[in-house]
Formats: sequence, C-alpha cells, structure tokens
Amino acid sequence: MHSLILQTGTRLITVLMLLFSIFILWRGHNEPGGGFIGGLIAATAFALHGAAFGADAVRRLLPADPRTILACGLVAAIISGLFALFGEGGPDPFMTGRWVEFPNGFALGTPVLFDIGVYLVVVGGLIAMVLALMEED
Amino acid sequence: MLTAVLAIFLLAAVAPTVHRFLPHQSHWVLALVPAAVTAWFAMQLPEVGAIGSGHGEQAVIQVIPWIPSLGVELAFRLDGLALMFALLITGIGTFIVIYAGGYLHGHVHQGRFYLFIIAFMASMLGLVLADDVVSLFVFWELTSITSFMLISFNHEDPSSRRSAVQALLVTASGGLALLGGLVLLGQTAGSFRLTEIEASGVDLRQHALYLPILALLLLGAFTKSAQVPFHFWLPNAMDAPTPVSAYLHSATMVKAGVYLVARLNPTMGGTDVWFYTLVGFGTVTALWGGYMALRSVDMKKILAYTTLFALGTLVMLVGLGTPYAFQAFGVFLLAHALYKGALFMAAGSVDHGSGTRDVRELSGLWGKMKVTGVIIALASLSMAGLPPFFGFIGKEVMYEGMLEAGSFGIIVTISMILANATMLGAAGLVFWKPFMGRPSPAADHAHESGIALLLGPAALAGLGLLFGLFSGIPGANLLGAVTTAVTGIDTVLDLHLWHGITPALGLSVITVALGVVLFLALGRVKSALDGLARVSRINVDAAWDHILAGLDAVFTVVTRRMQPGYLRTYMFLTFLSITVLLGGTILLKGGLPIGIGSIEASYLGWFLAALMVIGTIGAVAATSRLQAITALSVVGLAIALLFLVYGAPDVGITQLMVETLTVIIIVLVLARLPPFKKREQLSNWVRLRNGAVSIALGAIVTSILLAVSAIEQPLDLSEFFAARSYVDAHGRNVVNVILVDFRGFDTLGEITVVAVAGLGVFALLKARLSRKVQGGAD
Repeated sequence: MHSLILQTGTRLITVLMLLFSIFILWRGHNEPGGGFIGGLIAATAFALHGAAFGADAVRRLLPADPRTILACGLVAAIISGLFALFGEGGPDPFMTGRWVEFPNGFALGTPVLFDIGVYLVVVGGLIAMVLALMEED
Repeated sequence: MLTAVLAIFLLAAVAPTVHRFLPHQSHWVLALVPAAVTAWFAMQLPEVGAIGSGHGEQAVIQVIPWIPSLGVELAFRLDGLALMFALLITGIGTFIVIYAGGYLHGHVHQGRFYLFIIAFMASMLGLVLADDVVSLFVFWELTSITSFMLISFNHEDPSSRRSAVQALLVTASGGLALLGGLVLLGQTAGSFRLTEIEASGVDLRQHALYLPILALLLLGAFTKSAQVPFHFWLPNAMDAPTPVSAYLHSATMVKAGVYLVARLNPTMGGTDVWFYTLVGFGTVTALWGGYMALRSVDMKKILAYTTLFALGTLVMLVGLGTPYAFQAFGVFLLAHALYKGALFMAAGSVDHGSGTRDVRELSGLWGKMKVTGVIIALASLSMAGLPPFFGFIGKEVMYEGMLEAGSFGIIVTISMILANATMLGAAGLVFWKPFMGRPSPAADHAHESGIALLLGPAALAGLGLLFGLFSGIPGANLLGAVTTAVTGIDTVLDLHLWHGITPALGLSVITVALGVVLFLALGRVKSALDGLARVSRINVDAAWDHILAGLDAVFTVVTRRMQPGYLRTYMFLTFLSITVLLGGTILLKGGLPIGIGSIEASYLGWFLAALMVIGTIGAVAATSRLQAITALSVVGLAIALLFLVYGAPDVGITQLMVETLTVIIIVLVLARLPPFKKREQLSNWVRLRNGAVSIALGAIVTSILLAVSAIEQPLDLSEFFAARSYVDAHGRNVVNVILVDFRGFDTLGEITVVAVAGLGVFALLKARLSRKVQGGAD
C-alpha cells in the first residue's frame, strides 16, 4: 500500500495521535481518559503508520520490541501494587494506593504508575498482534 | 518458617544466574542456603524434637495473615513429624544439590536443573510445614508440577516425556480428589487449620461424610505415594536424571502421601475402614515392590521398586495403629530416607564410573570403585535390615508393631517377612552382584567418582551406621516427637540394637535366612517369578497407554465436530450456547419485567439508531467481506457516537478506538482468508438456522436491556464512588479511579489477559510462519 496521500497524512497524524495518547493518559485521573484509552490511541497510531509505511517502519519507530513493552507494562503495574507493602502503619493489602502530595495540591501516586503499566500493556499487546499479522508473508 | 520456604524459593529463582557466573563451583555456593536452613531446623530440635520427653506438645506455630478479609491465612506448624521431614528435605537436598553439580557437570541445562530441583525442595518444605489445608494443597500441587519438570528434564527423550506426563496425570488427578477431600474436611470440621481441627474435638469418624472425605483424601495420598494400583508411574519416573530419583525417592515427593496419611491419623485414623484400607493397600504394595525388585536388572529400577516396598510398609504401619507400629513409622521412615538417598546417589556414581547400571553387566567393581563400594555396602546392609545398622532397628520395631496387631497382624507379618526378605535379596543385587566376583568388561574401564558425587551418599550411609550404633540420638531427640505428632499422644522412644531374645528377633532371623536363600537361589527364583508373571499378567503400565489412546480418540472425534476450521461454525456454536443458556435461564425464572424506563430519546438518538439498523442490514446483505466489515463498522461508530451523546465520553472514545483497530486488524486478516463462500453454497436450511439463532439472541439481549432499564437502579454505589473518588484516590474522573484504584486488582487481571492474548496471537502467527519456512526448505 503505497499511497502518497495516506503517507503524507499519516506522517503528521501519527505524531499527533501519540502526543494525544500521552495527554489522555496523563489527564485520565481527573478528566475523561486513562491508560486503556491512551494505549488504544497509541496502538491505533502505530497501526496507521504501519498501514502507510509497512511493518519495518513501525519497528524503527518503536523504542523496543512490542513484547518487551508489554512485559515492562505488566512489571510496572505489579510494582505499583507492591508499594502498598511499605509506608507508615505497616504493610497494607496489595495495590493499596500510596500518594505523595505536593504543597500546591498536586498529588502523585501509585495509580499513575499503574495506569502507565496499563498503557504499555495495551500498546505492546496490540502492536505485537498487528505487526505479526503485517509481517506474516 | 516462612523465611525458610521463601529463602529456598528465592534461591531457585537466582540459581540459573549463579550458575552462569560460576559454572564450576555453583553447586557448592547453591548448597549453602539449604545447608543453613537445615542448621536452623536442627536448632529447633531441643524445643520441638523433645516433645516426647514429657515436655508436652510444643509445636512451633507461625501464622501470617494473607487475605484477612476472607479469613485466609498462611499458617505453618513445626511439630515432630514436620521437623523430621523438614530436616530430611533440606539436609538431603543440600547433598543432592552438590551431587547434581558433579553428576550434570557441563550439561547445557544445568542452571535450569538447579532452578527446578530447588523450587521442588521449597514446595516440599512448604507442604510438610503447612498447617492450613489451602496452603498444603497449593504446595502439594507445586511438588507435582516441579517434579513433572524434573522427570521430563531430558525432554528430547520421548520416554522421559511419557513418564513425566504419566506422573503428572496420576498425581494431579489424585490432587483433585485431595482438593475435594480437604474442602469437605474443612467444612465438616469447621476450620481449615489442621491444628484447630485436631483440637476442636469434632469427631470426624462419627460424621456422615467420614467415608467420602476419607476416600478422597486417600486417593490423593495413594496416587502421590504410588500405592498399588497407582504404582506404575514411579518406576517409570526413573527416566529422570539420578539426582532427581535420589531426591524424589529418599526424602520427598513420593513420601508426601505417606506424610499426609500420618498427618491425618489423629483426626481420621483408628477406624476399621482406615485399618483395612491402609494395611491392605500398604501390604500389597510392599509385596509387589519386593517382587518386582528381584525381577529387575537396572540398579535404579531395583531401587525404585524397593521404594515401593518402603512406601507400602509406611502406609501399612500407620494403618496398623499399634503403639509400636507408630514408633516403627518414624524409625523406618528415617532409616529408609538415609539408605535410599545414599543408594541412589551411589548407583549414579556406578553408572558414571562404569557406564552402565545393568547388574547383569556388572561384577568385580570393588577393585576400581572402593569408596562407592563401601557406601553401597553400608547402605544396602541397612536396607537389608542387618545389625548394627539403623535399618535393623527399624525392622525390629516394625515386627513388634505387627505382633501387637492381633489376628490380622499375622497375615501382615507373614507378608512383611517375605517382603523384607526380598529387600535382602535386592541389597545383594545392588551390592554383592556388581562389586564382588571377577571384573566384567564394564568394570575394567571403571573409575572412581569425584568428591561431589561421593560426599552425599557417604554422609547418608554413614549416618545409617551411626544411628544404628547410637540409636539413642535420633530416638530421644526426634523420633519420639514424630510418634507424638502421628498419634497425638506423648511418647518417649527408647531404641536399642539389642532388645534381648524377643519374638521380633526371631522373626528377624527367619527373614535373614529367607533373604539369603532368595539371593543365593536368585537364578531359580527369577525364573519362578517370571513364570508367576505369565500367570498374573498384571500390567497397569500397558493399560495406561490404552486408556490414553482411548481418550485421545474420543477427543479427536469431539474436536472434529466442534472445530471444523470454519469461523462460521464457531460463531454459530458460541451464539447458540449463549442463546440457550440465557434464554433457558429467563424461561426458568419466569420471564423478565420488560418495560421502557426513563429513556430520553432525542432526535439525534433516533438518527443514530436508524444508522445502526442500516448498518446491520448492510452487513447481512453484504456479498464480500470488505462490505460486511464496512457495514458493521457503521454500527460500531454509531454506538460510539451514542455514548458521546449520552454523556460517557470515556466509553465513547474507547469504542471509537476499538472500532478503528478492529477494522485495521480485520483488513489485515482479510488479505489472507480464502474468498467469501458464495451464498448459494450455503444450504437454505443452514441459512435459516443461522438466522433463527441470530434473531433469538438479538431478541434476548434486547429484552434484557429493556428489563435492566426498567428496574430502578440502586444509587448507593455511584454515590459512594462519587463521594470517595477524590478523597481516597485524588482523582475526579470516577471511571478512571474505579479502574486503577478501587478495582485496580481486576484491571491487573484484565491487562494480564491482554498481554497473554497479544503473545498468543504473536506466537500462533509466528509458528505458522516458521512452519511455512521449514516446509519450503524441505
């Protein structure tokens, strides 16, 4: 599939979608969005890129093998749950949220790390499938 | 105790890495951890081991809350029985790790082997320490799985694979029965903690469910401990590397069932059913083991069958239930673990040094392998039950126990004299035959093994002699506590080599005489036994193949009907099942309260609904796949817009993205599918059938949705989440807070599914690809 229009459009759209996916991931906790949707958007971006430029282009674009991304995501999600083991008051059940609050009201906590894990798993899993299909022949 | 189990699991996890960095010394390094754990357990001896000496019940109990909201906890108990097993598992385990380092030196998968065998060690340790039946079951199954890995270690050998599958299927199906039995036991007794069940005073023996519980638990124990008729997997498991055989047979896996039976004795034992089942199966197993041991020629096979003898004897002893029988249980268990561990490792050393384990090809090894010879001599004399070895004391106490048992005891005694005599014969087969006489060709080029191979067996065989000479040491410090744990009654054990002229001594003399005759006349005995085998023709092992082949055939037929390779058929079956299940439930429950609730239908909503109907009609009428997908994606997009219109932007975006990705993936798949099967080729009946199922399913789902919207929704949950979401989780987006915080554990499960699905699709497609490439090369 070598369509000039598709390729030119995709060049722009892929970058935009990736940025948008990260934005969606980030704001997910307070506004509509989150890791799952963000991951889907990013996966769509990569799939679109693949449709326009081929599977190899997607691999060049990715920082690592999709399966590695997927594994990192799972590990991140599990680690976010392990934070519950530490903290004042002794160990809490697995995945109890831990938060750090900054003076200006901004709060950073383990659910954010968990959401990043979800994001990576969704991106990695879907891209692994799409690439496997694209590279089949 | 948790620390001990976790430490060994952790060691298993790092073992391959350790091995990679220290390929030549890894076994010495790795052995340090089990050695330290052994030392820790040994330090508990004064406190726990001396229960029998009048200090009363002093089991060490450790409880760790696990899922407090469900009342599930991880409970460990260290009493005499657990302590003896723990010492055997970690102590012999230490030697096994060292031995494996010598035996598998330079093997490609040596690191992987350490991982498996150390994980097995940890599982077995957890099993004997577990006080909570749930954790007991988890560890029980872990031993099945890790031993499967160990038996199939040489996975390129088909017979290894067969043996491993056999061991797994037999012990795991027994494990299922065990699970049922444990759940029933816990519910009947009102507690899932063994200590509490023992202390509760609920008399399970009088309970209506006693027989089913007992049957299920014993099924688990008997399959694990290879009692006849589940014995066939054990000798086959000899395909495993020798360190595995030595470990599984001496201390661990196969004794798990014996351990369970002993553990249950205080709560379940002492009834007639218990007595006849355990004594019956135990005695038959012991006799069968002795009989097969004499007929075998492979040193490892001979030893495997003598293990059957030991397992049968141990089960029989628990069943007998006399005070001496319980004492004999502990003594014989320890004696057997010591000599069997030594013999297996030494047999591996013979194999290593001479290149064969076939006793027909071995004789006169003494000149070349003196150290191994001494070890085998010591251990096999203990196995034969001769003084001054510990095995002799075990046999004496055993006879005392049987003489107490009354009339049925006499039959058992006669059988056990026979079986014990075969042990003497087997001892001759593994020591006298290979080591004495003129050197055979195999013995000519034999060489002695290194320190790693000899350390373990030498230590174990030496202990067998030491404990025989100074039987007070294990008697006062450990075995009394073992008896106390098995019986629930405080016992002091007083062991001596010389009991005076007793009936048991008389029986020993008869046994020895019979054993010597058996060994001297081995040639004639063997042909007689072969003749017996022709008459009996019991071959469960062959029956096993027939059973598996039969199951295979049945499932092939079923699979062919259910999975013909047409997606259409899969969809039809799936939808049909949903329709029948949902529709059936609705009919049984007497219909649904259908009504149109407070749905505010805007013009936009009607427009989108119309769009969906058009899309559906388009999909039904489509003549090519691309058309069908395009039409379907119209429906999907309309749904996404519907979500946006009715104020669920999260769901709307998700639906939009899923829709887009689905179309991309399906288009990628499309290119590889055969062309659309022409409408004309589907018979009218099939089309009618598919249509009917589709319409029925659609109608059911529609009526369910209508019913849901007609019912008043309880608002507590939404109010709860709305109120708590910012306070507890610092997030204003309730949907996301539920996903990542309130129900984060569910989400973790879901992303694991996504991960597995992604990897699965990847692996499937890549496997097809590599097959294609290989096919092209042929």
